[in-house]
Amino acid sequence: MLKIENLHVNYGGIQALRGISLEVPDGKIVTLIGANGAGKSTTLRTITGLVKAASGSIQWNGEELLGKSIDKIVTSGIAMSPEGRRVFPDMTVLENLKIGAYLRKDKAEIEKDIKWVYSLFPRLEERSWQLAGTLSGGEQQMLAVGRALMSRPKLMMLDEPSLGLAPLVVQDIFSIIREINRQGVTVLLIEQNANMALKIADLAYVLETGTITMSGTGAELLADERVKEAYLGKNS
Amino acid sequence: MQELLPYLINGISVGGQYALIAIGYTLVYGILRLINFAHGDVFMVAGLVMVYATTSMPFYIALPLVLIATVILGFVIERVAYKPLRSAPRMSLMISAIGVSYLIQNLAFYITGGVPQPVSNPIPWISENVTILGASTKRVTLVTPVLTILLVVALVYLINHTKIGMAMRAAAKDFETAQLMGIKINAVISMTFVIGSFLAAVGSMLYFTNYPSVAITSGGMPGLKAFVAAVFGGIGSIPGAVVGAFIIGLCEEIIKGLGYTTFSDAFTFALLIVVLCVKPTGLFGEKVTDKV
Repeated sequence: MLKIENLHVNYGGIQALRGISLEVPDGKIVTLIGANGAGKSTTLRTITGLVKAASGSIQWNGEELLGKSIDKIVTSGIAMSPEGRRVFPDMTVLENLKIGAYLRKDKAEIEKDIKWVYSLFPRLEERSWQLAGTLSGGEQQMLAVGRALMSRPKLMMLDEPSLGLAPLVVQDIFSIIREINRQGVTVLLIEQNANMALKIADLAYVLETGTITMSGTGAELLADERVKEAYLGKNS
Repeated sequence: MQELLPYLINGISVGGQYALIAIGYTLVYGILRLINFAHGDVFMVAGLVMVYATTSMPFYIALPLVLIATVILGFVIERVAYKPLRSAPRMSLMISAIGVSYLIQNLAFYITGGVPQPVSNPIPWISENVTILGASTKRVTLVTPVLTILLVVALVYLINHTKIGMAMRAAAKDFETAQLMGIKINAVISMTFVIGSFLAAVGSMLYFTNYPSVAITSGGMPGLKAFVAAVFGGIGSIPGAVVGAFIIGLCEEIIKGLGYTTFSDAFTFALLIVVLCVKPTGLFGEKVTDKV
């Protein structure tokens, strides 16, 4: 379980997170919704170690993550698919997947996981020799998710996986996220597409200018008047 | 043709030496977007170490020692002068590089007393004269291009087919995402400096074998020429640096062969200006793939 307590982060001269606390229980899909600049990405980036926290704590299965190096955090079973996909454009699809398993040494298991990722995303297998930069946006997102899976994470964090994708593709991505979760990976999802995110979330938090203002199950927040007004559009 | 032949052979050899230096510029630029102005001075230090080492011990101990010392120097420069500036603006990094360059030259001045150190037949076998197609030359002239090509092939293999190579390519594209994969960025950057310094050391030993002495400014000209070669080939590209270096080496020697020795340096720098005006990305310049 990931447990964040009273986390403060200053980022680029502003207080990006002002003491947030949240929990990501094992095996669940947890989502963090909020407007641009609310601090969603900062939260994920602090968990992975890309951004330093000012104070607070992030406990992962009882272990403190703050102050650890990124590679240690990845090894402990946390992976992230970053915002904007960020696949390596001049590497092949296969190389992108292999680099996701950079810290692992078990070659046979890595091969097995490549097959596993291909079974989740058959499109990637068809294009395994293609340069990642030539893939469509949806395929790049699949690759970013596949690459993160290659470290065999217990917790998978996704930053805006639906960004800039066609609605049908977004549905595909979300059904895969569900599938990954069904196979035992805990998911922490950040979305501006609150409607989609809340529908698949077991647990949801609303983040506003660095503080958590609401939390509940996905269904609860979907039904909440304030959430409807602020994030879903009144009539949805 | 027969008169030009020695110049052509020489050109290929000089090109190989430039290539070995140019790779250091291009590798570091590829990963840090930094023109490492201290690289020419690292090259000079390798020459000095060779002079000191070969006069006091047998060459089979001295030469590995030159390689090791140069590699350590490159590693230390990065750790001391560039690593603390990782998140600083690129201009600071460049100023730091210029500072390192002066520091090395002045340290070398302090140690040598400013007196050029004579090079006396440091590596026995390769300094011997041989005759090829009727042209007489030192064996090093023939060894250089072959060794250069072998090293480049090994380097390209390392970058395309090994794990550290994959990490280097990833880091060159996107620091942050590379880190998310668990790649230790500082180790990768150190590795590029180690490789660059190693190749510069090899280039230096081949280069100074042909020269009467090593002075504290000896790194300047070959360093600048190699830099032009890297820009001409497309900075950031290894094949570019190698091709650029061979072209510049050949052109310089052909110009000398035609009797315009005075203009051979000018040609190289004129080429730099033309490249920067006409095709700033160079022959094999990085395609700009926008990060979405």
